[in-house]
Amino acid sequence: MSLLETIPSVFLKNGLEIKLKEIHSAPLISSWIWYRVGSRDEIPGKHGISHWVEHMQFKGTEKISSDDMEKSIARTGGVWNAFTYLDWTTYFETMPADKIDLALELEADRMVNTTYDEKEVESERTVVISERQGRENSPGFWLSEALHNAAFRIHPYNHVIIGDQVDLETIQKNDLNRHYKTYYSPKNAVIAIAGDFDKDQMSKRITELYQDIPAGDDPPRVNRPENPQRGEHRLTVEGPGETVLGDVVYHTPSASEPDFFPLLILDSVLSGPQGLNMFGGGGISNKTSRLYKKMVEDTEVVVDIHGGLPATIDPYLYTINFILHPNSTTEDALKILDGEIQRLQDAPPSVDELKRAVKQTQALFAYGGESITNQAFWMGFSEMFANYEWVTSYLDNIARVTPDDVQRVAQQYLQPKNRIVGIYQPHEKGNNNQ
Amino acid sequence: MTKQDFSTPKINSLPGPDDITRIKLKNGITFLFRPNMNSMTTSIGGYVQAGSIYDPQDKLGLADFTTSTLMRGTRTQSFQEIFDSLESIGASLGIGCGSHTAGFGGKALAEDLPTLLKMLADVLMNPIFPKQDVERVRSQLLTGLDLRAQDTNDMAMLDFENLLYKDHPYQNPSDGYIETIKAIRVKDLANFHQKHFGPKDMTLVVVGPFEPESVISLAEEYLGSWLNEDQADAMQVPDMPHPETSIQKHHVIDEKSQTDLVVGTIGPSRNWEGYYSALLGNSVLGQFGMMGRIGESVRKQAGLAYYAYSALSASIGPGQWMVSAGVAPENLDKALDLIKTELRKFVDQPISNEELRDVQSNYIGKLPLSLESNAGVASALLTMEQHQLGLDYLRNYEKMIREITPESILEAARAYLDPDRLVISSAGPKL
Repeated sequence: MSLLETIPSVFLKNGLEIKLKEIHSAPLISSWIWYRVGSRDEIPGKHGISHWVEHMQFKGTEKISSDDMEKSIARTGGVWNAFTYLDWTTYFETMPADKIDLALELEADRMVNTTYDEKEVESERTVVISERQGRENSPGFWLSEALHNAAFRIHPYNHVIIGDQVDLETIQKNDLNRHYKTYYSPKNAVIAIAGDFDKDQMSKRITELYQDIPAGDDPPRVNRPENPQRGEHRLTVEGPGETVLGDVVYHTPSASEPDFFPLLILDSVLSGPQGLNMFGGGGISNKTSRLYKKMVEDTEVVVDIHGGLPATIDPYLYTINFILHPNSTTEDALKILDGEIQRLQDAPPSVDELKRAVKQTQALFAYGGESITNQAFWMGFSEMFANYEWVTSYLDNIARVTPDDVQRVAQQYLQPKNRIVGIYQPHEKGNNNQ
Repeated sequence: MTKQDFSTPKINSLPGPDDITRIKLKNGITFLFRPNMNSMTTSIGGYVQAGSIYDPQDKLGLADFTTSTLMRGTRTQSFQEIFDSLESIGASLGIGCGSHTAGFGGKALAEDLPTLLKMLADVLMNPIFPKQDVERVRSQLLTGLDLRAQDTNDMAMLDFENLLYKDHPYQNPSDGYIETIKAIRVKDLANFHQKHFGPKDMTLVVVGPFEPESVISLAEEYLGSWLNEDQADAMQVPDMPHPETSIQKHHVIDEKSQTDLVVGTIGPSRNWEGYYSALLGNSVLGQFGMMGRIGESVRKQAGLAYYAYSALSASIGPGQWMVSAGVAPENLDKALDLIKTELRKFVDQPISNEELRDVQSNYIGKLPLSLESNAGVASALLTMEQHQLGLDYLRNYEKMIREITPESILEAARAYLDPDRLVISSAGPKL
């Protein structure tokens, strides 16, 4: 079940893109539908609307009620869920192969037929607000929100996906319905299915279900590229607790830019191998990465540290986050972090470090390839910011990265003027019992 | 358009007696293996009898501290050498602490199974608890406790277990408290290891693309010679009576937007005869579809919470049967009332035949999904071994699920759930 096999796309006349991959290792099929809409498509006053529309997709259509929708999938033992991200919204079902038709019909139906009932919208308003409030309970959420605001003054990546409380209180049924009608159409979607089926039979069925749905117009896009940052930003978020958290984020290029691959290796060398798989596989620890060794082990300025470089359409962020050691200071931690970054800027990493990064990537690919859900996920996900060739050529692109490439991207992107340093600073103790 | 069946009728992947190898290694370790020739990777798992129920009262968190320190250095390898070996081949190995057992799990490319097993054996058998490393782990654990104190979910759960299991070994959190973690010395870790880590009642599972003989030989080579005459016997835990009346506690954590609520009582153990009735009943109560009846009432109808579900946690000793929800502080009482109403309904009347059919087909249908990966199969084999379910368990599973009736579910519900005798724990801003 390799992730490296080329899967050509098939397009229906209405623009719907279809990717199918037969895998006959278990009697399962995973079906994903991806829409090119996310928080990047939101304007002020409507922050959080894409995620809320995702919730509304579970409210039923004229043909199938919300209750029947949930129950029909659950009866099969299948799993289903949906996710809203910066650039996309996706819905998936992984089910016994003989039951997947339920999901195929359901997705075709709710692409255009979701009902927007006033009462349901109001009931979901409090659910979405509750979801945001649950996240607010975590200090890391406030930090992340402040960092996005600081990192993107112009680009719509400037707000968190869940949206602003004030917008969640004021968005109306018509706003939601308009957003849905604008972005949910065959032309703006990709279907990716992997598992135990015959490709021709599946292709025929998808065509049958979707061919009569009108293509839809090209949806509007918010085209507001971010200006280069002119100097380091620092911010502090205060709140309860006793633990200081730090996020250091650097502006980095989009996933389709050639520099993305050296940056992935840089991330691997500095903070450990990146988990590529949304489902299955598990991760590899980062105890031998440069930052862990230096900051957790040698100098003990932090108790844990991780990095991450998400794949996005537009330039986004490389994030290093740490939990400060109680006996250390933020300035100590940043000084040592900067020392390690300087080391990578001064000299390329060793060939052995690169070899290790490649082997780790291969292993993560092998782990991820064992899950049918993950196989289908990658087919659609990669189409959102590049194309599936991005996945099939991933290992080659990683293997082509040279030590000098890593040094160059460290010099180019990991500059103080290109970063925002965010600190969560506890201001008091706040616990007692009632 | 008619519903279409895409399946190819040739795959039967349920593990059973004909493809699971179960043997005792020469030192008594129970070893299970199931081949998966389609795979390029391997997963391992297992446990030793060294969980938090063995913690002394003044050193709560000792088992967790010990397991967290096993990989910090052995007689022949430093922390960095251990992780260098693992990470350079893209492998992972982790050890964690439960209430009865310390469990381990790992993953590697298939050709690296010998490295993984050798590493597992070394960290289980030969840890040396270097002082500097112990202090480093202590700092990490203490920071974890600081973060826990700010986590409304963790604190609601901690208080729930504290009240539910009063004076029982399950009463205490496995990660201890700040003062008990500070009280633990290096020699405590070494002593705990010597007393509780050993081959007696240990289980090891391997799944991957191998012939049984070669994997048995590797397991014997690396773990078969482990002996520990000092190893204590596994402890039996007592039963736990239900609370006599409802008990409610709110834990204040200032400046939080949401209150987390846990409501529940003692649940069955995994080997209770009515376990499957309770399991399916729980699905109706707070799992099926969008979180069952609880989700329908609290989330969908009232819009009070993003999450509201019930959970049945059953293992060796007395389990838990509980409902959890995250709600706005001002809605706490309203959510609690709705939950109690659903519990009352659940113990008053049998579920409908339709509800039963729904959850039966859900449980039967999801079995293949849980067994898709090597790690999923390893986890199933461990559960089968830990609770002595038999090697034909997965193949008998459908029959067991089909035998459940609305009446048996009502009986199971009434045996455990009493809406007037609940532990109600919440954490969030001041009420």
